[in-house]
Formats: sequence, C-alpha cells, structure tokens
Amino acid sequence: MDAIVVTNLTKSFGTGPTRRTALKNISLRLAAGSITALIGPDGAGKTTMLRTLAGILTPGTGEVTVLGHALPKEALALQHRIGYMPQHFGLYEDLSVQENMTLFADLHGIARSERESRFAQLLTMTALGPFRKRLAGKLSGGMKQKLGLACTLIHPPELLLLDEASVGVDPISRRELWSIIHRQVVENGITILLSTAYMDEAERCDGVIVLHEGEILAQGPPARISSPLQGRAFLFELPEDLPTRPRAVQSRLSGLPGVIDTVIQANGLRIVTEKPGPPALPVDLCGLGTLRPAPPRLEDAFVSLLFRRGMRRRIATPGEAEAGEDSVVIEVRDLYRRFGDFTAVKNVSFSVRKGEIFGLLGANGAGKSTTFRMLCGLLPSSSGTLRVAGLDLRKAPAAARARIGYVSQKFSLYGALSVKQNMEFFASAYGLQNRRKKTRLAWALEEFELSGYLGANAADLPLGYKQRLALACALMHEPDIIFLDEPTSGVDPLARREFWTRLNALARNGTTCLVTTHFMEEAEYCDRLVLMSLGEVLAQGSPGEIKAAVRRPGEPPPNMEDAFIAIIEEHERTSRRAS
Amino acid sequence: MELSLRRILALAIKEFLSLLRNPASRAVLIGPPIIQLLVFGYAATYDLKHVPFVVYNQDSGRLSRDFIARFAGSPSFEMIGDVQDQRALQRAVDSQTALMAVSIGPQFTSDLEQGRTSHVQFIVDGRDSNTAALALGYAQTIVTAFNREHLAPHSRAPAATVVLDRAWFNPNLESRWFIVPGIAGILTLLVTLLSTGLSVAREREMGTFDQLLVTPMNPQEILAGKALPGFVVGTLEATLIIAVAILWFRVPFTGSFWALYLGLFCFLLSSIGIGLMISALALTQQQGLLGTFLFMVPAIVLSGFATPIANMPKVVRYITLIDPLRYFLVILRASFLEGAGASLLWHQYWPLATIGILSMIVAERLFRGRLG
Amino acid sequence: MTWMRLTGLIRKEVYEIVRDPSSIAIAFVLPLALLLIFGYGVSLDARGVPIAVVVDHPTTLTASFIGQLQQSRWFVPIHYAGEAQAQKAVTDGSAAAAVWLRNDFTRRALSGSPAPIHVIVNGVDANQARIIENYLNGAWSVWIEQQAQASGIHTRAPVVAEARVWFNPAMRSRDYLVPGLIAIIMTLIGALLTALVVAREWERGTMEGIMVTPSGKMEILLGKLIPYFVLGMGGMLFSTLMAVFLFRVPLRGSIPLLLACSSLFLLTALGMGLLISILARNQFVAGMVAIVATFLPAFILSGFLFDIHSMPKVVQLLTHVIAARYFVGLLQTLFLAGNIWSIIVSNCLGLAILCVLFLGLAVIRFRKRLD
Repeated sequence: MDAIVVTNLTKSFGTGPTRRTALKNISLRLAAGSITALIGPDGAGKTTMLRTLAGILTPGTGEVTVLGHALPKEALALQHRIGYMPQHFGLYEDLSVQENMTLFADLHGIARSERESRFAQLLTMTALGPFRKRLAGKLSGGMKQKLGLACTLIHPPELLLLDEASVGVDPISRRELWSIIHRQVVENGITILLSTAYMDEAERCDGVIVLHEGEILAQGPPARISSPLQGRAFLFELPEDLPTRPRAVQSRLSGLPGVIDTVIQANGLRIVTEKPGPPALPVDLCGLGTLRPAPPRLEDAFVSLLFRRGMRRRIATPGEAEAGEDSVVIEVRDLYRRFGDFTAVKNVSFSVRKGEIFGLLGANGAGKSTTFRMLCGLLPSSSGTLRVAGLDLRKAPAAARARIGYVSQKFSLYGALSVKQNMEFFASAYGLQNRRKKTRLAWALEEFELSGYLGANAADLPLGYKQRLALACALMHEPDIIFLDEPTSGVDPLARREFWTRLNALARNGTTCLVTTHFMEEAEYCDRLVLMSLGEVLAQGSPGEIKAAVRRPGEPPPNMEDAFIAIIEEHERTSRRAS
Repeated sequence: MELSLRRILALAIKEFLSLLRNPASRAVLIGPPIIQLLVFGYAATYDLKHVPFVVYNQDSGRLSRDFIARFAGSPSFEMIGDVQDQRALQRAVDSQTALMAVSIGPQFTSDLEQGRTSHVQFIVDGRDSNTAALALGYAQTIVTAFNREHLAPHSRAPAATVVLDRAWFNPNLESRWFIVPGIAGILTLLVTLLSTGLSVAREREMGTFDQLLVTPMNPQEILAGKALPGFVVGTLEATLIIAVAILWFRVPFTGSFWALYLGLFCFLLSSIGIGLMISALALTQQQGLLGTFLFMVPAIVLSGFATPIANMPKVVRYITLIDPLRYFLVILRASFLEGAGASLLWHQYWPLATIGILSMIVAERLFRGRLG
Repeated sequence: MTWMRLTGLIRKEVYEIVRDPSSIAIAFVLPLALLLIFGYGVSLDARGVPIAVVVDHPTTLTASFIGQLQQSRWFVPIHYAGEAQAQKAVTDGSAAAAVWLRNDFTRRALSGSPAPIHVIVNGVDANQARIIENYLNGAWSVWIEQQAQASGIHTRAPVVAEARVWFNPAMRSRDYLVPGLIAIIMTLIGALLTALVVAREWERGTMEGIMVTPSGKMEILLGKLIPYFVLGMGGMLFSTLMAVFLFRVPLRGSIPLLLACSSLFLLTALGMGLLISILARNQFVAGMVAIVATFLPAFILSGFLFDIHSMPKVVQLLTHVIAARYFVGLLQTLFLAGNIWSIIVSNCLGLAILCVLFLGLAVIRFRKRLD
C-alpha cells in the first residue's frame, strides 16, 4: 500500500508579478513503511512539499492523498495519524520537558492510562529522562530536537514528516536522532519522509527524491541515483607531509576541464568528472599523490545532477602567490567568560596566523559563538587575553574595527532594504566613499553575481543569495580578517561548495578567515581548527593532526566526525573519572 | 572623539528606508495620524451641541411654549419629545435618551402674567457631570435672556450683573481651537516614539545589531543615526498636522512659526531621547512596545490635553513636570491662539531641552551598558 | 472538539502566563498604575483657580463681592492695582480670569442703574473658560441673594431655574471619570494581551507545531481566549475594587450584572486583539495596530470625556464600532445610576454585535493552514 500518492501537484505563492511557483507538476508515490529523503538546494520546494503533505498548505492543483485521506478536505482526519516536525520546531520554551509532552499528548487525545508508559518509553529513547523538569528553553540544541521528535511521536503516528530535523545539531546528537528515527521504521513500521541537507543521512534512506526549483530531478534508492556516476568518481590520495596546503591543489584540480566537483576529504581530494574516465592531471600534480577510482556517493550524483541543470559551481579566480608571512593576527590566551554561575567559555587559548582558514568547531552550546563574539568585541571577556590584529577590539578605537569583517549567524541583513541599499549602507558604515565605494560596489555585484537581484528586498532572497549578500557586505571594505559565524548552516551542498571556494580565494589573497561550523566535513577544509565542547577546547591543530590523535592501529582512518565523537567521548570519560 | 557625519548619514538613510520600505510601518506612520486628526478633531469637543432633552410641560399657556421654543431653537439643545408624567421623565433620563429634562409646573404662564416668580426644574444626568454642568450653564443663559424680556414692569433687575467682556484668544470659546493643536502634539509624540522606541530592539531581534556594532561606528554615531530619522519624520508629520489644523479646521494661527518650530525641535529632542532610552532598555520588540505604551499613555493623560493640569493633585502635578508633551502643548496652544513669540515660551523650551539632553545622555549610557 | 485538547491548550497557556511575568504585569500592574495616574490626574473640577481682581474704588459693597469669591472653594482672588497688570496676569497664565469692578460700580449698584462686573477669561482652554464663567455666575447669584436679603429689597426674577443633578448631585467629575477610565484601561489590556500572544506563537514557530496536531481551530482559539479572559477578569475585578475603595465611587448597580457586562466587554476586547494578531502574524505590527486602534479611539470616541451627541453625525456613527463606547455607558450607569435595563440591554446588544463580529472574523480568518 502507498502511504503518499501525489499526482500533478502544483503549488504557487503570491499573485501578480511576485507569483512564485514552489512545486511544479509533482507526481510521486511512497510505499508504507519506507524511509525517504527529500534533498535539493534551498528554495527547491522541500518545506512546501512537507507542509502540503501535513495538510497545512492547500495543494494548488493536482491530487494529494496521504494515508488514504484526500487533501485538503480531510486534513483534520489526517492530522490524527501523522507526526510533523517543522524546521524550527516550536517547543514552548517556558514549559518543561514533561509539560511539553503532556501538551502534545492532550492534543492527540492520548488516554491518561497510556500516557505514563509512553512518556517513559520516549524519555528513555531520547535519553531526556533526567531532564523531565527542565524548561525546554534551557535545553541544548540537540536535546531540543530530540524533545521535538518525542512530541511528534507521542500518539504514535503512522507517517512521520521531518523538515531538516538535524540542522544545527552536533554529530553525537545527530547520531542519536538517527537511531531514534530508524527504530521507528524498524520497530513500528512508520513511514518517514524527511528533508535534509546532509547527504550522508539521505544515503541511509530507502529512497531519495531530488528536488530542484519545484521539480523532481531524480527519484529512487540512493544506490540507483548514484549509479550513473560509476567510473566518474576518483580519489586523489595525498600524503600527510604534503608541501602545500590541500586546498591549493584543490583549486588547481577544480579548474581542470571535465572536472565538475572536487572536495577535500580525509586523506586527499575527491574528484568527480563530467564523463566516465579519470581526469587528465597536469604533470606537476601527478607526482603529489595517487589517483584511484572511488565508489560513487549520493553527494556526487547530487552535484552532477545540479551541474547538468546549469547550476555550475563558479571557478575561483586564481589569486596571487600564497602569502608567505607567518605572523600571528589573532591571539587568545586563557580566555574565560561567565554568565552568572555558568561558565560558557573555560580557559580557551589558540592563535591564528595571517592568511589562515581557522575553524572553531563544536555543537550548539559548545561556547564557540561566545568565543566568537568576544573576539569581535561584541562581548567583554571575564578574564584572559584577546588580541585581534594586535588589539583588543572592545577597547580599540572604532577605526580598528574597519580591519575586520563579520558575517553573523543567519546572515543578518536589513530585510526591508534592497540588495543595493544593503551594500551601500555597509560600504558607508565602513567609511568607503566616492571612487572606492563605486568600485567596491561594482566588484561585489560582479563577484557575487548579485546584479539580477539588485532591487529585490534582502528578506525575499533565497538563502544562498542571502549568504552571498552577507559576505559581500562584510567584504566591502577589504578587511584583513573576516569572522564567519556558522556561514553554512542550513545551506545546501552546492552553495556550501561555492562558499568554501570563495573562502579559499580570500585566504590565498592573505585574508585571515575565522569560521565556526558544525558540519564536520567542513573541518577538513580548514588549515587549522579547535574543537570545543561545553566551553572547553578539547583538541586543536590541523585536521590531519586531530585525526591522527584518535587513530587506532588496525582500524580504518577516521573521518572528522568519528574523530569528534571519539574526542568528546574520551573527554567525558576523563572528566567523569575526575569528578 | 570624532563623529563621522557620513556614517551617521548612512545609518539615518538606512533607518529611513527600513521605515518606509516596510508597508506596515509606512502605513502606521502616514495613514492613522491623518485619519485620527480628522476624526478626533471633530469628535473631541466640549462644546455642547444637540444635547437631547425632553419637556414635561403641565402648563398650557403661551409663555411656556415660548419658553420651550427658546430651548428647542438653541443649537446647544435638541428637543426629542414631550413626556406626560414624572415617570416617563424619569425613564427618559435614566435610559439616557435625554440628557436633560425640563419640568414646567401648571402655573407657569399665570404666575408670570401676574408678576409672580415661576419655578422651572432642570433635571440633568449627572453620570457625565462635565456635560451636566455645561448643559446647566447653557440653560441658565437661556433663562436669563428670557427673564430680561419678561421682566415684570414693577420689579427690578439686580443692579450688578456679570458681564463677560471678552474671552481672550478664543472669543467664541470654541473648544476645537483648544483640542486640535493638542491632537497635533499627541500624534507627533506617537509617531516619533513608534519610529525610535523599537528600532534597536528590532535590530537586536533580527541580529543586524551585532553587524552594526562591528563596523567602525561608535555608540554615539549609532544613536545619532537612529535619532535623525525621528527628527525628520517628526518634523514632517507635525508640519502636515499643523497645516491640516490651520487649513482644514481653520484654527487661527496667531504666533510665530519660528517660535513653534523651536518648540517642536526641543520636543522632538526629548521625545526621541525617551524613545531611544526605551529602545536601549528593551531586549525584545515586545518589551519595546510595552515600554513605549507605558510611557505614552500617561504622557497623554497628564499633558493637560483633555483635562487641566491645574486640577490635578500636587503629587501628580509634580509628575507632569517630566512629561514633554505638557510643555509642547503649551507651546502649540500659545503659538496658535495666544500669538506668543519665542520670548514668552522660554519657560517651555528649557525644560524640554533639559529632558531631551538628559534622556539622550541616559540612552547613551544604557546603550553602552547593554553592550557589556 | 474534545475536552482534553482544550484543557491541554489552556494548561499550556497558563504555564506560559505564570512563567513569563509580562502578561501578568499587563493584567494587574498596568491597571493599577494607569488607574492611579488617571484617577488622580484626570479631573475637570477646577479648585482654587487663581483669579485676578481689580477694584478701582474699594467699598464695603465691592469687599463683600470679593469676599464671596474668596469664600467659594473655586477661586483664589489676587488683587492687582490696575487693569493692565491684571491683563498681563491673564496673558502669562498666572491668573485664569480677571474680574474688574470699575470706579462707579458701587454708585451705580446703589442707585439701581446697571453695574457691570467686567470679566476677562483666558479662552485657550474653552472648556475650562466656560466652567470658570459658570462658577463666577454661581458666586454672583449667591451674592445677589445675600445682598437682597440684607437690604430688604425684593429682587424677583420672573423665572427661577432649579437644577437637579441626578446620580451625581455633588457633580464630582471623578465619579464619572473613574468608571470611564476602567473601560479605557480594559480596552487596552484586552487587546494588548491577545494581540501579542498569538503573534508570538507565529513568530516562534510554535503555531506550526500546533497546527499539524488534530486540534481544531475552535480549540486553538478557545485555548487562547479562556486563559486571557480569566486574567482580564482578574484585572477588571481589581480595577473595580480600586474604584470603590480607593476612589470612593458609589456602586449602585448589581455586582452580578457588572460582572456579566464586563465579561461581554472583555470578550469583545480580546476578540479584537485576537483578530489583530491573526491578521498581523507578527508582534511588531500587531503591537502597533493595537496601540493605534485602541487607546486614542477609546479615549476620544467613547464618550468618556467628550460628549457623543455633540460630535458630527459621521463621527457619531463611527463611535458605534468602538467597544469602549458601550462599556463606558454601561459602567457609568452601573456605578452611578443602578440597574437601568434599557441602557444595559441596548449597550450590551451593541457589545454583543461587536463581539460576534470580532470573534467571528477571527474564526473565519484563522485557518489551520499557512497559506
């Protein structure tokens, strides 16, 4: 039996010139008891699709039948039988874990006699048992998501719709979330449809639907989707003692004809070609490492699918020679930050050299944003030394801030202002005038390909363009150091690649980049990084050094995510022993 | 510390654009003030017109009809009917169908004709004692006029009478002349508070505030940039409202515009200062909104807009000293009606300027304090 | 609709109210502060009005007139030597009016020829000017009466007007202002409470989570309405107690009736807030609209200060959509006059129509959908 049957669904928003079609003539069937992932770039229509299936958006034209209920007529009847977790699941932050669960139990009409056992079961599953009385607002990001999932599973549903349930969650919580989701399918036979930005998650599903601009590009089991890539994926293994940075090699490779994707990976570079057959490597690169074919991944297929749709990754303009200087531009020593009795940042020390891409990694609540805000001078430190370009930005004259650029979480822009007005404002705020202002504005439009959106309100831009605009505004004044707080959160793989290409180009030109991220794979792109958890630095060094530290003989080399989990688990063990 | 005019201007332009490009805030700034001025300008009047009254006339003579005709003919009163007994009269007043009842005894005409004093009862509804008192005053005036004409030949009028020579500045005692400039003040306050009181909180919630702080702008520049649009919006809004008051409501403007605009400047300084103070304190828009509200409502009530400050108890009168609207209303009314120049308004300017400067300083402190 | 879902939603709302003190502040601290400020701040009773007095030729007669002014609680006479100084006092506001008894006042009064008492008032505040004029007339007529009795001369006016002020014989303006203020404050609170809370759920994304549950829209709306209704009634009760015990306003109507009318009004005000927040979906706009659409219209158009009959017909029609208009009428009657059914029924009818209108629109416009 099919849990979801959609025929010729089209859904548009707005009227007149602002009319936008989010879903175009979609038809699909999902078998009951399967788990399917919905992937696609931002604005592909994933959320619209899930909301329509949950009965909170009316289908425009076409027929939608979910669990045998025709929508939108039988939405209420359907809602008895489904669970839906929106992107930013709205838990009531002033209610405790228990109270949130009770609310949803009430709303789903769970009999009181059944409740206790169901709660106990869910609390054990989510490991939230010890936090029953804690207010939802005081939970960590991962715990919030788990509670949200528990609340949607309360009745229990026959169909579960999850909209980016694991965004912004650290690897450990992500693994836990996934184990819960899998158990629902295996033990209870629930049908699951989820959207995700993580290709590794999609790869674990029974089926994948690739959406792009409201249309289905591909649909089927992950292996079938990636099978056309057979013979087009390669691994260029690089030795650990490589004389240049891997990203220098990467930018060379990405410029080669026939190469559609290059990604830095654990022990080298992953290359995807346009046609079967290995890429023709230039002679000087051949000697650097060994090229071998690799099994294709879903991500390769995804990139290649979108590549064919014209979403080409732009090729970075090769910069000048790599900056040879080694001067330290950011220095942090014995940094502490306390809020009341809570210590958000404990004894953090690190230093960043000029032209480096430096990563600050950790889950939500690890203290990376707090550290970040202190570096930018937005928050005073409780104790310790902070030096950015030789100055403490909190005490430095305003002019010193002209040397840094800042991209905040969620790309904070003035939503009511147009793209051009946003750029003009930031240019003036940084004191750019006349000729320089004009040339920089022209540069930003050209570099970030924003000309098409010049008059559009920043709030109405697709996420990927918001990210570009935010970056353009922060780079307008050519800062020496740029701070980027979770610049890739919620952004699809393609936009992420584009972003990192830009960052590489910046670093090559001598701009120091400080980045926070919770995508572990992005850690590989950094020159050096610190791993933070609960306010402390657990490890620091180059990606290779960090992975080497947890590598056990006889086991396959760990990737960054494995390393992260191993380090945190090790830390928890030692701190438990200590206490 | 050097302030960069260019940066302040850039911020001010940005503030303007975000006010005007957002349809909701654009609507709030332009539509309601004009509609409110028009509606309230007509609605807010203490001049009684068409006060509904009933008559319980037990007299059948000519004079009683003449007496009633004077009331029915007055623009202040509107006769809505006769009642035939005391019960009906009571019902009419109880149910507020009539605000006043005139009860005339059976001997009215004969008493008058025979030179005796006749008594007429005016019953007014004290549920609104202001209207009641005014209606009684109006009635008394009509009675006095009636008396003058029907003076019995051998009795003598009281020698001393009160003669109202002149009501200065407002000879016909039109309360609209008093209220409309007041509304101008209130609406100017409303608009400036709404455009400044939430501006920082909104940026904080959207996350753009951090973005602003990492630019080379210092807190003073940010404050100045946020205050500037308030001045422009406030000045334009006030000019528009004053124009409507003069051209539409025909309120005479007898003073000097220079004195009025000096007052407006001082008033904007203080109300923007207070708006920025609220803004600096509020962490969320909801708090900003409540703060704006909590300041605005008492500021209007205690400004002397509708009820005189002189009637308030001493403690409350002291509170009004920190209400900028209080001073501005005096400036407005003096400029409109009393023909006052700047020299007479000095006592209104300096408190406004003081409130303005103090609140700006506090806002700047709060602002820096909030930065950590 | 199931009882369990409804109680679940209500319980959630109660937890939120209890843990986020801002709504409790709106319901209780706001009325306390506003009623105190308004109750003491808003008064139309002039007392101790400074009045400039110029007597060109003082005699016992003029002294007795000034004495009469002095005696009345309305005036504080201040003597000025000449007309110019008195006029200056009126201009700069140190006196609200000037009374001028000319040189020949005594001679004329004794000889029986007209002896005018010249009065100049500052007319800027027309209402106040008129009140002062009335007071002066009152003081004058008392004085005339006394003079006539003392001299044995029988002055007889043909018609003597006898004033009866029902319901508020002392004409204490506070007695009618305080009930009106309660109506205005409750308009604010009712609209503000709901305007912000529903918009907040949209902004925080909690609404989306609730919408996909089987709860119907009536349950969601009632789940919002009931807790804030209880909270609002608490505020109302509190205000009534303050009116009776602090401001000593008589409460002549029945308390159950007062409660019933207040409930109806509160539902209307909450319904309006609900409608605003359903249409606005964001706190900023909802708050702005709530401020613009509640306080000033209620203050000016409800008949609490400005007589509705004196407004132009169009504006009078407009007042019918202001809920506070009906509630002001109801409260003034219930407090000062008692249970007068004709007023209660007609005003309640008006409120009921508005209530159905607002809540009905809220139900229609609230969809369990995002588009």
